[in-house]
Amino acid sequence: MKNDIILAGVGGQGILSIATIIGSAAVKADLFVKQAEVHGMSQRGGDVQSHLRLSNREIASDLIPFGKADMIIAVEPMESLRYLPMLKPGGWLISNINPFINIPNYPPIETVIAEIEKFDCHIALDADKIATELGSPRSANMVILGAASPFIDIPYSELQDAIRAVFGRKGEEVVNMNLAALEKGREFTELNK
Amino acid sequence: MQKLILLGDEAIAQGAIDAGISGIYAYPGTPSTEITEYVHASKEARKKNIKASWAANEKTAMEQALGMSYAGKRTMVCMKHVGLNVAADPFMNSAVTGANGGLIVVAADDPSMHSSQNEQDSRFYGKFAMIPILEPSNQQEAYDMVHYGFELSEKFRLPVMMRITTRLAHSRSGVTRVPSREQNEISLPSNLRQFVLLPAIARKQYKDLLKQQNPLATESEMSGNNIYLDNSDHKMGIIACGIAYNYLMENYEDRHVPYPVLKLTQYPLPRKQIEKMASECNEILVLEDGMPVVEEMLKGFLAQGIKIKGRLDGSIPRDGELNPNIVAVALGLSDSRGKNIPEIVVGRPPSLCRGCSHYDSYTALNEALEAYSKGRVFSDIGCYTLGALAPLEAINSCVDMGASIPMAKGAADAGLVPAIAVIGDSTFTHSGMTGLLDAIIENTPITVVILDNSTTGMTGGQPSAAYGRIPAICKGLGVAEEHIRILKPLKKYHAENVAIFKEEIEYQGISVIIPTRECIQTLGKRVKAGFKAKSIE
Ligand SMILES: Cc1ncc(C[n+]2csc(CCOP(=O)(O)OP(=O)(O)O)c2C)c(N)n1
Ligand code: SF4
Repeated sequence: MKNDIILAGVGGQGILSIATIIGSAAVKADLFVKQAEVHGMSQRGGDVQSHLRLSNREIASDLIPFGKADMIIAVEPMESLRYLPMLKPGGWLISNINPFINIPNYPPIETVIAEIEKFDCHIALDADKIATELGSPRSANMVILGAASPFIDIPYSELQDAIRAVFGRKGEEVVNMNLAALEKGREFTELNK
Repeated sequence: MQKLILLGDEAIAQGAIDAGISGIYAYPGTPSTEITEYVHASKEARKKNIKASWAANEKTAMEQALGMSYAGKRTMVCMKHVGLNVAADPFMNSAVTGANGGLIVVAADDPSMHSSQNEQDSRFYGKFAMIPILEPSNQQEAYDMVHYGFELSEKFRLPVMMRITTRLAHSRSGVTRVPSREQNEISLPSNLRQFVLLPAIARKQYKDLLKQQNPLATESEMSGNNIYLDNSDHKMGIIACGIAYNYLMENYEDRHVPYPVLKLTQYPLPRKQIEKMASECNEILVLEDGMPVVEEMLKGFLAQGIKIKGRLDGSIPRDGELNPNIVAVALGLSDSRGKNIPEIVVGRPPSLCRGCSHYDSYTALNEALEAYSKGRVFSDIGCYTLGALAPLEAINSCVDMGASIPMAKGAADAGLVPAIAVIGDSTFTHSGMTGLLDAIIENTPITVVILDNSTTGMTGGQPSAAYGRIPAICKGLGVAEEHIRILKPLKKYHAENVAIFKEEIEYQGISVIIPTRECIQTLGKRVKAGFKAKSIE
């Protein structure tokens, strides 16, 4: 078994929390894990990505080779496209469709979504809207994780446990919000994949 | 023993705690920062009374570590690659004094310049100083090699360099700990002149260092860190340094490379193993992240003898970090690159946070400078460097930490008046103060803007040694009190602030303006933590 995952977004959007949750669930499931993160300069509102690798045997490289990623999980639509050279033929593109616009030349959002929809294997959802409807706009990243969860070879219950472990010290309410967000994202994919 | 999922940086920190350090010294710098942050946050380190200090700069960090080594205790000093330029004087000389307690210098390189001004390779410094270098290929090795590095340092009584690159520093993986070792007792060098580098003593010590070189090469051959994998296809041999080994292995599903491989993680170069490869193989491919350090050593100037492939002959791009695909192409395997990036995707450069105090400082400065021709603002390194980009386009230089003030002085000496220097608070105490003194002595007509946001913002908000001290430092150095102007960079004070900038820019002598408002990121964290006092630890 191997899942090579590119996580993409903009600095500050919480892709590292997604990585932490998948990573700790994978360790619990006795998988090997490597996770290359981006720290430093680009965290100031620039584009950020993380390479997350899970496998049942030892992993060599911290970086996923180009064209070998099984999926791209993006919390921002334009950022989902930036890493297409990493995706393997037939790999899944799971992306938020709500743009994060902090540059003057952001392309028209319809053209971005049209690019995403060119892929047979894509899941595109408005995670911010779903999270806001749940009363927890900050959980949009967990909606995205939920939407990606059917493609990740870790039992769903392990992801739920990891959310409990990671958000535990922030209190039960935060945990439940994030679990609900995860569930909504998963439902979306089950209905649309 | 306990298994942890750690960043490469954190594995080094945990290794240092477990190997019995008594202190760690550092100045923040990507990708090295998380080593010292980890020790700072570690309950275990606190229980063991391990000193974890942010120094004013890398030079003072290196010197504090050298002092701790002098006293017989194990210590680590951490910096990014360019930090080693700042620490180069004590670093080079520490090879001649030698160490007493174990001393590891961690230099974190940043090939591809993810967060840096250049991609210099610290292995040149290690070789220059003639000390051993360790270059782990993964997080577990990083942890283990810290233990080995301290033993090596104490065995040869020399500082040891540990060289890592961004991808190891900032990648997480499983690390198994070993039982921890007690700290050393205090014990001074048996020869109390060991650290006195008067020429007569230094000459003797330098000869000792030269004499150590062969035993160090033998150690590289024997330690088990450099592994020769004897494979059957001798068309080519491969030397894979540090993390490059992983990229090599990634290209073989079954992890079996058909060619002989030397996995290289300890320097000086293991002569015997390299000679074996040269005698057995038709050519050698060198895989190294960073500059062609090993390749140049093997090639020599006249490039006679066996063919060496790497960054110099174009088998691998001359600049930028390695990845599995670059290695695949060098091996003659196919590149697996997926679809191209659609044309509509545009760059997203980093930018100042919304509400950042630097933004208000720059809009005021820009307006005050409207009357003058462009190109007068020398700046420095920090979040405020982002003021170079649109829409602010407020600064015209960023070279090395502290360069803004002396460059403004030099330009003013050349007749560019007014000239402005813009520098952050942490950068100012890192290496801005001495440059300011130069300008004060000649009363050069420059305006120095010290952006005081109470923190070292760019690297994630470490405490700033400048906190609460800047006006007093400027006064103490000799800036006239009436030309030290403190202002609050907020939109509502914009007009007042522009007036202050204009006044001081017109003044024909040295003046300092200190826009003072906390970084909103650290402010946010403090609010969350219930308004902890802000101060240097
Ligand atoms: C010699 C050297 N050491 C460390 C760094 C890494 N570094 C870049 S900016 C910076 C912090 C600057 O802090 P400050 O001057 O307070 O500005 P701020 O980021 O808070 O605006 C550091 C540590 C570097 N580039 N060069
Ligand atoms: S981290 Fe602080 S100093 Fe840096 S851009 Fe953000 S608010 Fe400004």
